[in-house]
Amino acid sequence: MQTVKMVVTGPFNAGKTEFIRSVSEIDVVSTERKISSASERKMKEATTVAMDFGRITVDDDLVLYLFGTPGQRRFDFMWEILSEGMLGFIVMVDSSRPETFREARSILETFHAYAPTPYVVAANKQDVKDAWDIEDMRHVLRLDSGVKLLSCVAHDRSSVKAILLELLYSILAKMETGE
Amino acid sequence: MALRGNLRDFTITQLLNLINLAHKTGALVVEGPGQVAMVAFREGKLAYAQVDQEDSSLAAVLHKANKLNSGQYRSIQQRAAHISDKELGLLLINAGYLSQDDILVNLQQHYTDIVQRLFTWVEGLFHFDIDSLPPDERICIRLDLEDLIIEGSRQMREWEQLQDEIPSLDMALKFTDRPGANLRNINLNVEEWRVVSYINPRNTIKQIAATTKMNDLEIRKIVFGLLQAGLIEITRLEGAAPQAPSVRVFPTQDKEEQKSLVNRLITRIRSL
Repeated sequence: MQTVKMVVTGPFNAGKTEFIRSVSEIDVVSTERKISSASERKMKEATTVAMDFGRITVDDDLVLYLFGTPGQRRFDFMWEILSEGMLGFIVMVDSSRPETFREARSILETFHAYAPTPYVVAANKQDVKDAWDIEDMRHVLRLDSGVKLLSCVAHDRSSVKAILLELLYSILAKMETGE
Repeated sequence: MALRGNLRDFTITQLLNLINLAHKTGALVVEGPGQVAMVAFREGKLAYAQVDQEDSSLAAVLHKANKLNSGQYRSIQQRAAHISDKELGLLLINAGYLSQDDILVNLQQHYTDIVQRLFTWVEGLFHFDIDSLPPDERICIRLDLEDLIIEGSRQMREWEQLQDEIPSLDMALKFTDRPGANLRNINLNVEEWRVVSYINPRNTIKQIAATTKMNDLEIRKIVFGLLQAGLIEITRLEGAAPQAPSVRVFPTQDKEEQKSLVNRLITRIRSL
């Protein structure tokens, strides 16, 4: 059995776990813990402390694993471990929380430094009233026009599929240009 | 129990707080990054500070503060090297050249500058020696530590934020590809210009800091400012071997098989 992996990363509460849940054929193996910080607990009850793990079986011989990283900086010791051997990565950003954009940019740079593999940025929660416009986010996240910044709703399977496909197209394009 | 340990476990701010609350007398010796500092206290108040062999004499302090010009400084070094700072201070006061306040304010500024420099030291050993006193020939002050502790806490927060923004000094810097950006039209201070002059994807931030003789905090502050201004961006060190993934990305080394594998993934995701 051959296996490949992709990493889903991003700031705290960006929607990484939900993203993986939307497409994983197994119940996501989640290492969530109750949140101890009062300010973070206002946003959600539990958070990922080591990783989320989802699976998509391609055929008899190939499996794609999806790894979700913990969002808080204090767990960043896991990031490099999770990034080892990844085919590409997705940076999830909560479009409705501009205070996390700088953190998202920093995470993107960190992961790109770990491994220069293709990546896409998913502007999640685009269905929320306060969501920022994609092009405004591109500007604030300092993404040049070559970086794919895609609209995303993590609980919508078709939206998640579109993100994964765009990442795979980028991987294929990179292989074909031989970069 | 002897007060000794590592700055990783006990910060300078915490040490000052302890010295202040316990009204300690003695010298705190800190072995930092390539330097050793000695800060003396009397009954919990700052009395004196010195880093390595840096000249903390009254003449040097007044020269640095532009209270003595270079000629006067040289003359004192040549003719009055044998007299103590206390005697020199009295001579300057009696000659009507400086007031007692001038002398104390400048010494206070010099000592607090040294203590504030210590706030940027996050690695190093320290010990508190109750028998150690400032050299006899130096002038001591009596400065409450509260303001320094507050300033230290503020710097610690700033330091933590800068570490989040610039997690590694092993990365390089490059100018952003903005056709409209023109460095000559931007007002940078001398320190910023020094850093800008070394920005090149072949230099790590750490190398720039070493060349410009800046500590981690100083270089991070400047790089952060330039990043915020959109003038530069962090990049991988040019010429460095790309980090080979320690785990294989593809289960096969054959390029065609790899493409086939990605196409199979695409087909599968489409069918979800």
